[in-house]
Amino acid sequence: MSAGGKIGGPILEVDDVSLSFGGVVALQSVSFDVRKHEIRAIIGPNGAGKSSMLNVINGVYHPQRGSVTFKGASRRDVDPHEAAKQGIARTFQNIALFRGMTVLDNLMTGRYLKMKCGFLDQALYWGRARREELAHRAKVEEIIDFLEIQHIRKTLVGRLPYGLQKRVELGRALAAEPELLLLDEPMAGMNLEEKQDMSRFVLDVNDQLGMTVVLIEHDMSVVMDLSDRVVVLDYGRKIADGTPDEVRNNKDVIDAYLGVAH
Amino acid sequence: MTEQPDTFPRLLLHQAKLRPHRPAFREKDLGIWQSWTWAQVAEEVRLLACGLAAQGFRRGDRLAIVGDNRPRLYWSMMAAQALGGVPVPLYQDAVAAEMAFVVQDAEIEFAVAEDQEQVDKLLEIGPQWPRLKRIYFDDPRGLRHYSPGGLMSIESLRAIGRDFAGREPEFFLGEIEKARSSDVAVILYTSGTTGNPKGVSQAHAAMIHTARVLVAFDGIAEGDDLLCYLPMAWVGDFLYSYAQVHIAGFCLNCPESPGTAMNDLREIGPTYFFAPPRIYENILTQVMIRIEDAGWVKRGMFHYFMSVAKRVGMKILEHKPGVPLKDRLRYRLGELLVYGPLKNVLGLSRIRVAYTGGEAIGPDLFDFYRSIGVNLKQLYGMTETCVTVCMQPSGEVKLDTVGRPMPGVEVRIADSGEVLVRSPGMMKEYHRRPQATREAVDAEGFFHTGDAGYFDADGHLKIIDRAKDVGRLSDGTLFAPKYLENKLKFFPYIKEAVCFGHGREKVCAFINIDMAAIGNWAERRNLAYSGYTDLALQSAVHDLIRDCVEKVNRDLAADSTLGNSQIRRFLVLHKELDADEGELTRTRKVRRRHIAEKYSALVDALYSGTASCYVETQVRFEDGRTGTLRADLKILEARTYGVAAARQAA
Repeated sequence: MSAGGKIGGPILEVDDVSLSFGGVVALQSVSFDVRKHEIRAIIGPNGAGKSSMLNVINGVYHPQRGSVTFKGASRRDVDPHEAAKQGIARTFQNIALFRGMTVLDNLMTGRYLKMKCGFLDQALYWGRARREELAHRAKVEEIIDFLEIQHIRKTLVGRLPYGLQKRVELGRALAAEPELLLLDEPMAGMNLEEKQDMSRFVLDVNDQLGMTVVLIEHDMSVVMDLSDRVVVLDYGRKIADGTPDEVRNNKDVIDAYLGVAH
Repeated sequence: MTEQPDTFPRLLLHQAKLRPHRPAFREKDLGIWQSWTWAQVAEEVRLLACGLAAQGFRRGDRLAIVGDNRPRLYWSMMAAQALGGVPVPLYQDAVAAEMAFVVQDAEIEFAVAEDQEQVDKLLEIGPQWPRLKRIYFDDPRGLRHYSPGGLMSIESLRAIGRDFAGREPEFFLGEIEKARSSDVAVILYTSGTTGNPKGVSQAHAAMIHTARVLVAFDGIAEGDDLLCYLPMAWVGDFLYSYAQVHIAGFCLNCPESPGTAMNDLREIGPTYFFAPPRIYENILTQVMIRIEDAGWVKRGMFHYFMSVAKRVGMKILEHKPGVPLKDRLRYRLGELLVYGPLKNVLGLSRIRVAYTGGEAIGPDLFDFYRSIGVNLKQLYGMTETCVTVCMQPSGEVKLDTVGRPMPGVEVRIADSGEVLVRSPGMMKEYHRRPQATREAVDAEGFFHTGDAGYFDADGHLKIIDRAKDVGRLSDGTLFAPKYLENKLKFFPYIKEAVCFGHGREKVCAFINIDMAAIGNWAERRNLAYSGYTDLALQSAVHDLIRDCVEKVNRDLAADSTLGNSQIRRFLVLHKELDADEGELTRTRKVRRRHIAEKYSALVDALYSGTASCYVETQVRFEDGRTGTLRADLKILEARTYGVAAARQAA
């Protein structure tokens, strides 16, 4: 349960969203909302449309029907770049970092949208560009401290173990100082200790940095412990929505996960 | 000359006046080294002290300090001392139950903790020890929603102190005036390998005197830099960091986090460094691994110049004559191409003096650092004597001694071989344990160290074993099993060794081969083997081990005291000694008595003169099954050497 307490009004509303690829229906009239400062989980069996949902939220896919409203502004056909500018950052199911760059440089790329100076200014690294770079570096250092990755600051990402790469990816998303953070399976493939660490970080992101978090996760105990509310998708349809307890006892959810005798 | 300050708070004020703008502390925070000058530190300490006073901290109260090396934790120690209180640093990796013992033993009511992890442990102690009523934390992360009363940040404590200081501006200096140098300055808990830890109370006078001696011994001055990365609860950190910085006014550097300490070492480039042998070993291992992975040019260069260094490096470091000009030039070139860059990468390029102690250091390790020009030296001491019993003066460094007694320190060897010490750095007492104090310190004021040792011909102290483990052969020769075992274990091929000899006419040994090292060695020589037991029974392996044993014997022959305890017969064990079977302790020390009982047939064979012995051993596999290992072990003879008896007389 998020310790943040002050959960506010909706920051994101997904209304009647349908998405299909040719004949394949990925999402069918899905509606739910995300409130400010909450941790919202999206769960469901494989192929339920969870990642597609995140892709709709940050503008990778454009739904054929329905709307997504972020901070009161309805947004049709935004692309990921604009979504990021509006304050949505995400991590990916399979890590998408620059493997040949250091942790520090990877995090600096997360600041890209906040940089005002042009290419030429930066190349000269003088005056405004220099001040700006220092300010961004200071912000990135706060994130390094927050995620406790000082010891790998200058290590190439490709040389890091998987669990740490996941943490770096979270760091890069945090570097953009988003209001809404989308995490696609942040704990996939981790061992118990790494999962506990990551859970701690997700809670801290929510509590201390005040970010709203939407996460997809397969590990049910993680989902039940972390999230304030849970949306359950199955075959592209929303089959349940509520607190972890409500969802846990929902018959449709149990059927979707365990299968039903027909 | 004016009187020198005789308590830590007075020294702090003295430094703040003498060098207000020199850096006193640095800490890497958010990737940048932040520094505080002496004047700033004195002000911070004043605020913290006033804050503590406002919170009810009184003269004689004890303040627990728990966390990694952080400037604010050091300042809290200073603040407690300024109020006439006693800081009690705790080991930051202790679990709550261990911490509970010390907190109760020292009757702690106030504590300063680094972060949530430490606060949690202290709160856990709360129900057993309700008198712990105030906890201050440095890093607020994760503590926002903690509500127990009495918990607040150091930041808030500082604010309280500012108020208090505004109301009573004379208070701080007045409290410092009241202190006497015979007051207890700190209580340091010994790690307690046997029984519960004991609190060692050290007075200002003892610590300050010792630190002055140390500063003079190695010529430490304000330009020096030291990285504090060893636990604050350890006497070494208190003495080398805290006490020395008060005397010499140099700068203490706190690493960013324990994980980055080795990186920070490189950035700071300390001039004075202390580390247990294990850390030097880790650094060397990393170097060797990276060299093996390097291209052939670099690798070739490294090995060539290391052989030059091995030949002449130590002589050059010690300014000894007899190094041909050609070799001096080669060494110079090596410094340019290999040693210099290497030391730079390791963060050792500015080192003037580096110390190691606590346990025996291997010859290869010791020679490696000294030959590339790192002035690595050994010392001997314990918490009860402010460490500083013996140290090696620069230029008189030997591998297997710990140096000469320090100025003012008297070292005496008891008839039993035990080392007795009387020094100005002697503890005041064990906290609340008059009985233990009486047992440890005799009527003449000598502290019984529990270590056995003797002085060699040059007047250097040689520590050989724990006194209770030292025995004598039937002809009266001193027999120090651990000393022999350590010498054997320094060979990479030998993993464990167990020596027998107490009450017998000669020394015999069990040897455990190191599977990784010997396996590798066998592969390179195309020696086929099926497993550990098979390898341990091969005669080529026996020859290899015999070489090692004979080298140890040759070393011993040069030592007039231990020369007769050369190893006459030995055998290579067919199985690894294992903690699960009670043959080793959990910290991997051999349990000699248990092994002697378990393998009594083998011990008898060693002493009976037979050439082999058949043995069956029950072993328990990790999955719980048991099995029997059978082997016919060869008893091997090792050559011994004539003892250089004349040296003592000379």
